Amino acid sequence: MSAESINPEERSVGVLPEGPAVKQNIARRQLIGQIWRGIFFFAIVFGLVALLTLILDVVNDSFGLIATQSEVDEQEITGGRELEDLSQAELVAILNENLSRRVLTRLNREQPLEERDAANLVEVIETEVLKTELVAVFPLWESLTQRAAIEERVTERFPRAELSWKAWVNWDFITTPMSSVAFNAGVRTAILGTLWVTMLTALIAIPVGIFAAIYLEEYADHRVWYNKIIQTNINNLAGVPSIIYGMLGLAIFVRVLEPFTSGAFFGVSSGGGATLNGRTILSAAFTMALLILPVIIITGQEAIRAVPNSLRQGSYGLGATKWQTVWNIVLPQAFPSILTGIILAVSRAVGETAPLILVGASTFIVTDPNGPFSKFTVLPIQIYTWTQQPEQEFKIIAAAAIVVLLIVMLFLNATAVLLRNYFRSKRVSV
Amino acid sequence: MADQARARAESIGVSIPTEATVDLSKRPHIGETIIQAILFICGVLSIFTTVGIVWVLFQQAWLFFGDPEVSVLEFFTTFRWVPEIGLFGVWPLVTATFMTSLIGMLVAIPFGLAAAIYLSEYASDRVRSVVKPLLEILAGVPTVVYGYFALGFITPLLRNIFGINTVNIYNMASAGIAMGILILPLIASLSEDALSAVPQSLRNASFGLGATRLETAIRVVLPAAASGLVAAFIIGISRAVGETMIVALAAGAGPNLTANPFDSAETITGHIARISGGDISYGSIQYTSIFALGLLLFVITLGLNILSRRLVARFREVYE
Amino acid sequence: MTTYDIDSSNANAIEARDMSIYYGAFRAVNKVSLAIEKNKITAFIGPSGCGKSTVLRSFNRMNDLVPTARTEGEIVFRGKNLYAPDVDPVEVRRRIGMVFQKANPFPKSIYENIAYGPRINGWRGTKAEMDELVERSLRGAALWDDVKDKLQQSGLSLSGGQQQRLCIARALATQPEVILMDEPCSALDPISTLKIEELMFELRQRYTIIIVTHNMQQASRASDYTAFFLMNSERAGELVEYGTTEQIFHNPKDERTEQYISGRFG
Repeated sequence: MSAESINPEERSVGVLPEGPAVKQNIARRQLIGQIWRGIFFFAIVFGLVALLTLILDVVNDSFGLIATQSEVDEQEITGGRELEDLSQAELVAILNENLSRRVLTRLNREQPLEERDAANLVEVIETEVLKTELVAVFPLWESLTQRAAIEERVTERFPRAELSWKAWVNWDFITTPMSSVAFNAGVRTAILGTLWVTMLTALIAIPVGIFAAIYLEEYADHRVWYNKIIQTNINNLAGVPSIIYGMLGLAIFVRVLEPFTSGAFFGVSSGGGATLNGRTILSAAFTMALLILPVIIITGQEAIRAVPNSLRQGSYGLGATKWQTVWNIVLPQAFPSILTGIILAVSRAVGETAPLILVGASTFIVTDPNGPFSKFTVLPIQIYTWTQQPEQEFKIIAAAAIVVLLIVMLFLNATAVLLRNYFRSKRVSV
Repeated sequence: MADQARARAESIGVSIPTEATVDLSKRPHIGETIIQAILFICGVLSIFTTVGIVWVLFQQAWLFFGDPEVSVLEFFTTFRWVPEIGLFGVWPLVTATFMTSLIGMLVAIPFGLAAAIYLSEYASDRVRSVVKPLLEILAGVPTVVYGYFALGFITPLLRNIFGINTVNIYNMASAGIAMGILILPLIASLSEDALSAVPQSLRNASFGLGATRLETAIRVVLPAAASGLVAAFIIGISRAVGETMIVALAAGAGPNLTANPFDSAETITGHIARISGGDISYGSIQYTSIFALGLLLFVITLGLNILSRRLVARFREVYE
Repeated sequence: MTTYDIDSSNANAIEARDMSIYYGAFRAVNKVSLAIEKNKITAFIGPSGCGKSTVLRSFNRMNDLVPTARTEGEIVFRGKNLYAPDVDPVEVRRRIGMVFQKANPFPKSIYENIAYGPRINGWRGTKAEMDELVERSLRGAALWDDVKDKLQQSGLSLSGGQQQRLCIARALATQPEVILMDEPCSALDPISTLKIEELMFELRQRYTIIIVTHNMQQASRASDYTAFFLMNSERAGELVEYGTTEQIFHNPKDERTEQYISGRFG
C-alpha cells in the first residue's frame, strides 16, 4: 500500500519505502551509524594514544644505556685495584700524585682533602683525574632492543668506553645543582625555585581570589555598572595569553617596582642569592598570581553559586549577618570545589613557562634560592633551556626534568582529588 | 491532649525576653563593613590588572611607533621583520602564527568535536567517568612538555614520513600538530558542554520520528548547538594564537614568510619569547618592539574571546 | 481597604499596616493590613501567586534579600516599625524566626545546627549550658527522643519530617517571639505533617505562629485565625478576608472566600 492509493485525487506526496525496502533502508542507516560511532570513538582513542605516546617518549629518553670513557685508565693510577676498594688515605694520595698544585689548592679551599669521605674523593678522582666523559647516550627502547648493535657501534668509535645503564631521573639528579656538563647537572635549584615561586604565588592569589569570588557572588549587585565591569573583566582576563602577563610582569614588577621586588627598599643587600635587580622570585610570584587569579575567581564563583540558597535563607532567618552566613554556611559547603579550583590553578602556575621567560628567570644558577629576593630558575624554564640545546645529552636531561615536573604535578592533582574526597565525605557524615 | 501540651511547653522553659531586653535598633556592624571593603578591593584588583596590561602595552607600543625608524604603515604593510637592521614588517610573524594555529585547529577541531559527540551522545556514564579525567590530564600537561614532544617525537616522525630534505628540523607543522593535541581536550570539553545543553526533548522528538542515533546527533543536536560549538572553536583558536612554548621550541627561530608548513618560521609569541630570553636593554627598540607585538596579540585574542562569549550568550538565550 | 482588628483581650504580637511590596516595577502585594494575635496560630491561605508568602516574608524582612524588592507601609512589632531606617534586619530575624517550605538543615551535625543561631547572635555560656539549650530546643520541637543518641550525626541524615522539626528547633534556639512558617509541611508525608501540626499547638503556648499553607484541611484544623489572600486584577496580592478560622470556614463574609473554601477555584 502506497501513499497515493489512500487518496488518489490529491497530488503526489512522494513515496516512503515499504516492505523489504524498509529493512534495507534501516540496515544501511544503522551501518552508517555504526561506522561513524567508530570514527567518533577513534577521536577519543587518538587523544589517549597521544597522551600515552607523550609519556612514553619522555620515559624513553630518561632511561637507557650510556657510554662513558675516561681520559686516563683507572687501572693505571690504582695499580690494578678498584677505586671503591681503596682507603681514604690512599685516595688522597692518588689525588696528590696526579693533580697539579693549582687544582689541589682549589680543591683544598673548597674543603680540605683530608676531611672528605671516601665517596666524595672517588667522585673527585673520577672528574679531575680520570676525567670520565659521557660519549654517547641511547634511549630506553633502543637500549633494550638493539643492545648488540649499540655495543658494536660504541666499541668501534670509542674503544675504551664502558657501556652502562643509567636512570637519568635519580636522587642525585634531584639534589644536585645545575652544571654546564649535562652528565653532572641536576634540578635542585630549579625545584627549589619552583617551590618558592609556587608557594608565594599561592599565598598571594588564593586569598585575593577567594575574596573576589565571595564579593562577586554574595555581595555585588550585578545590576550596578561597576560590578558588571568587574565580572566581564575577569572573564576576559581568563582568556589573555600567558605571555602577555609576562610582559606586564616585566614592565611593572621587574622595572617600575624594582626597588620593592629587588628587596633594595627593604634593605636587602646583594650577595647570597639576592640580585638587586627586579628579576626575582617575588616578581615571578606576583606575575603568576595575576595569571592564575581569574581561574581561582571563576572556579570559586561556580563553587559558591552551587551552594543551595535555602541554606543561606535558613541562616539569615536565624538572625545571621551576611558575613556570618558566608563564613559559617556558604564557605564550608563550597570549600571542596573551591579547593579543586585552587589546586588546578596552582598546578597551572607550576607548569607555566612563557611569563617567566619575560620576567627573567635565570637559565643558569648554581646557588639555592634563599628568599623572595633571590634570582631563580624553575623546572619548566630548565626544561625549555635544555631542550633548546643541540646536544643529545641535554635533551635527555630535559626529559628527566620533565619526569620530575610531571611527578610534581601528578602529586598536586592527586592531593586535590584526595582532599576533595576527604572533605566531601566529612561533609556528609558530620 | 491540651494538658499534656501545656505541661510539655512549660518543661521547655525557654524564656521570652522582656520589653527592656528587646532593642531592634541598628547595631554598628563595623566588622561587616571592613570585611565588605576588603572583599570589594579584591574584586577591583582584577580591573587594575587589565588597566596595567593595557597601559603597559600601549605605552611601550607608543614608544615603538614613535621611533623615527618605525612607522605604523611599515608595521602593517611590509614583509620583513629584522629588528637588527630596523626592518619591522609584522607579516612574517602573523602568517606563521596563522599557519601554526590553522594546523593546530585542523587537528583539534575534528578530533575534539568527534570526541565530544561520542562523549555526549554515545558514551555510557562509566566510559565518560574514565575518559574525561584522562582528557583533563592531557590538557593539564605543561605546554613546555608539548614543545619537547613536538621537537623530540613529532618532528622526527614527520621527517621519517615526508623525508629529511622536505621537513626542516624546526617546522610549523610539528608545532601545529602538538598544539592541536594540546587544544583537543579544551575543544572536546567545551563542545560537550554545548551538546549536553541541547534539551533531551529535541533528541526524543528525533528518535520518535525513527531517526538513528547518528542522524539525531548530526541533524538535530549539532545544528541546535551550533553557536555553542563555534564559540568553543573560537576559544580554541584564541588559545592557539597565544600559545608560546610549543612554537618557541619547535617552530624555529627567525621570522620567515612562507606558506610551506614544513619550513621553519617564528610566530608572534615565539619571537617575543626569544627576544626577551636574551639580553635586551630596556628602552631599546627591540625591547619596545615586543610590546607592539604583545599589543597586537592582545587585541587579536581579546577580539576572539569577546566574539566567543557573544555566541555563548546567544546560545544560552535559546536554551535557558 | 478595611483594616481587620481582632477583638481580643490579648495584645497583638505583630501588625501589618498598609503593607505594599514591589519586585522592581511589579507590585506583588497591595496594601495589606492585619494584626496577628499573640500566642495564636494564624494561617495565610489563598491560591498560588496571591502574595501570601511575600507578606509572610515581609514580617521578618526576608524580602530584603531579594535585590529588587521594595516595600511601602509598616510592620509594627513591639510598638516599632520594622521598616524604620534605624531598625536592623539582622536583629529582627532573631526575634522573628522562620521555617521554610523545604527543610534546610545546614550540612552540620544536629547539635551544631541548633547551636549555630545562638552562637552567631553572640551567645555566651558554658558547654553545659549549650548542651542544655540544645536539649531544650530539640524537646521544644519534639525531636529530642528521636535524636538524643545521635547529636553528632549530620542533620541531613534525618528523615524529611525530622529535618523540618530540626529546623523548627533551630529557630527556637534563638528564642524568638514569633515564628513564621512558609508551607512547612508541603514536602512532608501525612504522618509527619500531623506531627508538625501537633507541635504547632504545643508551641502556641509560648510563641506566636504564622503559617502559610496551601492545604485547606491544615488551615481549618490547625489554626486559630485565618487570612485569605487573592490576586487583584493587576495580579497584586490583596487581603480579602481575615477572621477566626471558625468564621472564615463556616461563615465567610466575602463571596470570593466562600468560593475558594468550597474549592471552586485556586
